[in-house]
Amino acid sequence: MPITSPEKYWWKPADKEEKLWITIALLWCLVLTIMMPLMHVIGTQNPSVNPMKIRTEDYRKMSDAFIEKYKVGEEGGIPIVEPPDGADVYLRGQMWTWTPILKLKKGVNYKFHISSTDLMHGFSLMPLVMNFQVVPGHDNILNMTPTSAGTFHILCNEFCGIGHHTMIGKIIVS
Amino acid sequence: MSNGSEFRTCPITGKKVFAATQNLVWINAVTAVVFILVGGIMALLVGLTRWPAVHLLSADLFYRFLTAHGLNMLVFWIVFFEIAGLYFGSSVLLNSRLAAPKVAWLAYLLMLVGAVLVDVMVFTGKATVMFSSYVPLQADPLYYLGIILFAVGALIGCAIFFGTLAIAKAEKTYEGSVPLVTFGLSAAAIIAVFTLACGAIIYIPTLLWSLGLITNLDPGVYRLIFWGFGHSSQQINVTAMVSVWYLLGALTVGAKPVNEKICRSAFLLYILFINLASEHHLLTDPTLSPYHKMANTSYFMYLAVLASMIHALAIPMCVEVAQRKKGYTKGLFEWLTKAPWGEPGFPALIFSLFIFGFIGITGVVYGTEQLSIKTHNTWAMTGHFHGTVVGGTTLAFMGLTYYVIPLIFRREIIGKKIATLQPYIFAIGIILIALGMGGAGTLGSPRRHWDITFADAVIPFSFDPAVLFFTTIAAIGVIVAVVGGAMYVGVSVLSVFFGRKMAPNEAKML
Repeated sequence: MPITSPEKYWWKPADKEEKLWITIALLWCLVLTIMMPLMHVIGTQNPSVNPMKIRTEDYRKMSDAFIEKYKVGEEGGIPIVEPPDGADVYLRGQMWTWTPILKLKKGVNYKFHISSTDLMHGFSLMPLVMNFQVVPGHDNILNMTPTSAGTFHILCNEFCGIGHHTMIGKIIVS
Repeated sequence: MSNGSEFRTCPITGKKVFAATQNLVWINAVTAVVFILVGGIMALLVGLTRWPAVHLLSADLFYRFLTAHGLNMLVFWIVFFEIAGLYFGSSVLLNSRLAAPKVAWLAYLLMLVGAVLVDVMVFTGKATVMFSSYVPLQADPLYYLGIILFAVGALIGCAIFFGTLAIAKAEKTYEGSVPLVTFGLSAAAIIAVFTLACGAIIYIPTLLWSLGLITNLDPGVYRLIFWGFGHSSQQINVTAMVSVWYLLGALTVGAKPVNEKICRSAFLLYILFINLASEHHLLTDPTLSPYHKMANTSYFMYLAVLASMIHALAIPMCVEVAQRKKGYTKGLFEWLTKAPWGEPGFPALIFSLFIFGFIGITGVVYGTEQLSIKTHNTWAMTGHFHGTVVGGTTLAFMGLTYYVIPLIFRREIIGKKIATLQPYIFAIGIILIALGMGGAGTLGSPRRHWDITFADAVIPFSFDPAVLFFTTIAAIGVIVAVVGGAMYVGVSVLSVFFGRKMAPNEAKML
């Protein structure tokens, strides 16, 4: 019984069925172990993330400069920005907007810098459902190439206070 | 102190039950049930708000109650029950006196004061920070103090457990190795020490920061160390739950582990590898390099998964062997069809195993870097841990309660039919919740979100209608599970306080 002490010598060899099951389970674990690094090499869906720290004040200045330089309009008080091909793109999460609205081109690679100037936020790109944690003081750098045209939305999926559920951003790809 | 008169002998198992242990198991288990009641009420309110058809609470109350739901269920209910389990697993199973009962009472008081402090802060709106309380989102200092007091109390509880193991060994209250359930609980307690140490490392500076004594607290570092506490505490739950599975197997069909070596080695794998898996929370974070993420979450995590796979074989196997010995040998499945489905422990065991296995395994899938990008912080995560912690751990603990009441508290269960039906209803509810959340989350529905119709947003957005369909399934699941939870609380509270007192030599379980 599992509630009483086992017999004196309980270190016994496994049965055939047990050995078979454990072997299959171990092989499955090994396949998983190999697949994850492998998809970094052969998969195309995985943007590499290079960790980098940045002071929130510096990040605010850099993203403000980016907005000022490439601003083409405004929607509901949020600036619309159209960066040139291959530019560094700054997307700032702050309570409770994603600033700015971005106009991008299909097939062009952009280097995204996503960070926050207040609390943590969650970058959730819809309808593709790609999610990244946005941490103040850290620059989430992602190489992204839009592969289809259309309007994409960014939800916030990390709780960031009472207005969290209104935090929506937009990316327009043409 | 090991005076024979302080012990009674259990008429069913022959175990010697120490009076102080019995009282401490009682108070910790009863307190656990009070917290599941609070958390359950919150579950209903939060679930009905998340469902756009009802949308019950205001945003303020929703986030407040969601924080309360997480803490009361994930921390207070489960940890109080686990401390009761540790005292039972060491003192009762080893026929030993409990180490330092007065200190154990102090541990209980610390946990209680901590939990009440946290709840007061959360319900008064001074700590709407969710279970994870990510900095720089700040709560009242008393909130962090409450968590620290609770964690210190739980740590003392673990020390009492280890002390009791030492006493039992020194006083030779058992022969040979400790029973498997005690071994499993030891693994849980070892993981708990690491977990609570992480909690102290992160919550003490956070408390100082909330008091304004520290200004520079890196949110990235907070996330790293917090999850050493936040996820590892779920690993304690897994390990304790597996121990309870073995216990339920023994109590319901007299199941005996087929190979002790395999079962114990699997627990050892948990101790060695399961904590390292905590970093999968950081797979989409800008703080760790891709190489770090790969090494940590692939190789190390899967060795802990292997341990779960081993238990997934060993537990049904020992049930089958026990049943076949009783003569249920016809065909492949007579052992299962002729199992005691009419007493609560067995369906609780099987559903807990099933839900943890088939829904919990989503964690292995979401824990790869690629799929973490697809699911991080979506409602699919919420679905995953409702399958593991609620469908798995909570259901197993519920099933065990119906045996603890007659065996340890010596009260007859009131409402046996309700008790028998309860695991079925609760399991159906949890399965619906996990499927609904998983479906909506896979389509991008975020977790911790008041309004998935985005009515107040400046930039308009609406989900695929399928999200609403899955949200409705989850909401129906919430209602069903809350009914199941209410049946559990009702039966256990009535039985503990008003159940017929059993005679000292009455050998009756249910």
